[in-house]
Amino acid sequence: MYNYYLAIVLAPLAAAIVAGLFGSTIGRAGAHWITIVAVGVSCALSLLVLNNMFWGGYESENISVYTWAVTDGLRMEVGFLVDRLTALMMAVVTFVSLMVHVYTIGYMHDDPGYQRFFSYISLFTFSMLMLVMSNNFLQLFFGWEAVGLMSYLLIGFWFKRESAIFANLKAFLVNRVGDFGFILGIAGVVMFTGSLDYAEVFASADSVAAQNIEVFSGSPWNAMTLVCILLFIGAMGKSAQAPLHVWLPDSMAGPTPISALIHAATMVTAGIFMVARMSPLFELSETALAVVIVIGAITAFFTGLLGIVQNDIKRVIAYSTLSQLGYMTVALGASAYGAAIFHLMTHAFFKALLFLAAGSVIIALHHEQDIRKMGGLRKYMPITYWTALIGSLALIGFPGSSGFFSKDLLIEAVRESHWHGQGAVYWIAYLSVLLGVFVTALYSFRMFFLVFHGEERMDAETRSHVHETSAVVTVPLILLAIPSAAIGWFTVQDVLFDNYFGDSIVVNSAHDVLGHMGEAFHGSMALFLHSVQTPVFWLAAAGAFTAWFLYLKRPDIPATIKDRVSGLYNLLDRKYYMDDLYIKGFAAGGRSIGNMLWHVGDEVVIDGLIVNGTANTIGKLAGVMRQIQTGYLYTYAFAMIIGLTMLLSWLIWFR
Amino acid sequence: MIGLQHYLTISAMLFVLSIAGIVINRRNLILLLMCIELMLLAVNFNFIAFSRHLGDDTGQVFVFFILTVAAAEAAIGLAILVVLFRNRRSINVQELNTMKG
Repeated sequence: MYNYYLAIVLAPLAAAIVAGLFGSTIGRAGAHWITIVAVGVSCALSLLVLNNMFWGGYESENISVYTWAVTDGLRMEVGFLVDRLTALMMAVVTFVSLMVHVYTIGYMHDDPGYQRFFSYISLFTFSMLMLVMSNNFLQLFFGWEAVGLMSYLLIGFWFKRESAIFANLKAFLVNRVGDFGFILGIAGVVMFTGSLDYAEVFASADSVAAQNIEVFSGSPWNAMTLVCILLFIGAMGKSAQAPLHVWLPDSMAGPTPISALIHAATMVTAGIFMVARMSPLFELSETALAVVIVIGAITAFFTGLLGIVQNDIKRVIAYSTLSQLGYMTVALGASAYGAAIFHLMTHAFFKALLFLAAGSVIIALHHEQDIRKMGGLRKYMPITYWTALIGSLALIGFPGSSGFFSKDLLIEAVRESHWHGQGAVYWIAYLSVLLGVFVTALYSFRMFFLVFHGEERMDAETRSHVHETSAVVTVPLILLAIPSAAIGWFTVQDVLFDNYFGDSIVVNSAHDVLGHMGEAFHGSMALFLHSVQTPVFWLAAAGAFTAWFLYLKRPDIPATIKDRVSGLYNLLDRKYYMDDLYIKGFAAGGRSIGNMLWHVGDEVVIDGLIVNGTANTIGKLAGVMRQIQTGYLYTYAFAMIIGLTMLLSWLIWFR
Repeated sequence: MIGLQHYLTISAMLFVLSIAGIVINRRNLILLLMCIELMLLAVNFNFIAFSRHLGDDTGQVFVFFILTVAAAEAAIGLAILVVLFRNRRSINVQELNTMKG
């Protein structure tokens, strides 16, 4: 298997290098063929690995490939830990990536940066694979930063657009905040365990949990709590959890395939994956889990609300991504790691599908992204319509769709956990995820109805040109629609309840909600039939109905509501003023501190007082002193005599 | 009886006079040279007075040396003075301030 793993990782890297450095030689077709073949190989091998893990009964493997450096007993290695969690992630990443590669041929058809784009997305696939397949923290950090870098490059792909440059810088800076926590967390791991290797760190987790550290003097913190919260801050940056979520909606300035690949399906799930991977650590700190679940709950509910007022088709989906990432984080906090990863997987399919469908609409309307200028596209674009419907139904958790199984069980897991008797935490989390279902259905179907139903609001010129997009766009849509619709049926039991993850996820027996639920689980059909009795179903139905009523039946009502509660509307429209806080608060504050240090610290103190000040003082002193130098002989002589007299007087009288 | 202190007093008076000559005189460089000579003579006076008082002839030997050196120094001084005069057409002390800071 060792050669397979190497091939999975290195094929996209090689393709990216070829497409990137020799793009002009191999041409546009060459660039997309080489990258698609490489990612296709990677995907096929990943599916093979998954197959072997799932049905072949292969054991997990921990392979060290290369020792980069050894310093003071700390081994820095490149290595692969391929267990069931990794295998699942590899399959999801490479599959979605392959779909996006194919789709890109259509979407970027007439873009001058065609080869560069393929090079970037292949390189991104490499980075993400390095991240998920890592067996140590250093490689994890490498992958972590590499996907961040690729995200930066891809958001700013159209680097001549002001908004893209702003967005990629914002994404990069906000991620730096998270990464700062992350690297401190890794430093904490090294400090307490003296190792970077997962296996060694997990083996000594108990001893870390037994230690305390005084962060501020007089307040001892549990070492494990500190490490886990710091690591989670990294996850908050990468997985866009509140309050570090602000970069994700803006990242929609990048091309749509990127929104699908990076900002829906893969990179943003790195944080979720990381926390699941670190489950042996997080399980030992209830405080850290409480932080995780509360942050997740806040993100899930409040970013969902923002999706309701957005008018840019991609931004609506972006907020829905934030909200769904919040769901996954809640599941992590409830120790239902399996449910989080399962939702991650289904979400990767249906969210990539939704983004690509949105992209298809955008292509058809000549890069129009405002849903107020769409409508009635159903009859022009049947394939896009049906695939988007499947995606939307999966997103709201319509019974039978993949999103139903993952979300329903996720919410069930949160309810089941009762969050270890902590009433406040439990109610925050449970109510957020439950009400989030209604909000999700409302914004998903608001967008769906505004785009595909109702009156046609685009101008006549555009309308005459609208037609279904080409096969390179629709085939990925169909290929993603299949798992979005159906994958839940036959994976839910295996992934969630049959101990699929084995020892790759460790759950403290007191926290084992999934194990608990598994006792009452009687197959996916029973769950499906049971669904109409759950509040989740009715909330979703209510949300979809509300969207139908407000945007198709009575399209005049939303404007009235908007006027009635303009305060609330503004709050949502301005995204809770978070951007203002960051841009006018932190960013402007930072700049003004910088300006102050520049003008006062540098110009006045260093240049003015220290550098020029010394010279000026000496100059002035010299100006005074030179008055003594009259140039007249008798003055010097007199001075000598006075000096001599004084010296003699001193010798005579004071000695 | 003329004692040591009388000689020393005259010597001090000569010395102070020559200092006053250097400081007060602002016109003639030759006067300055003469004042320096006078200062040396005042010193010679001290040597001789102490030589006699202590009964040691070394002091008187020193006086000869000083007179010799003073003669040489006066020759050099006057030579410089001549060169100076040729260059600047003046020996006025008040005008010799090129070393002013």
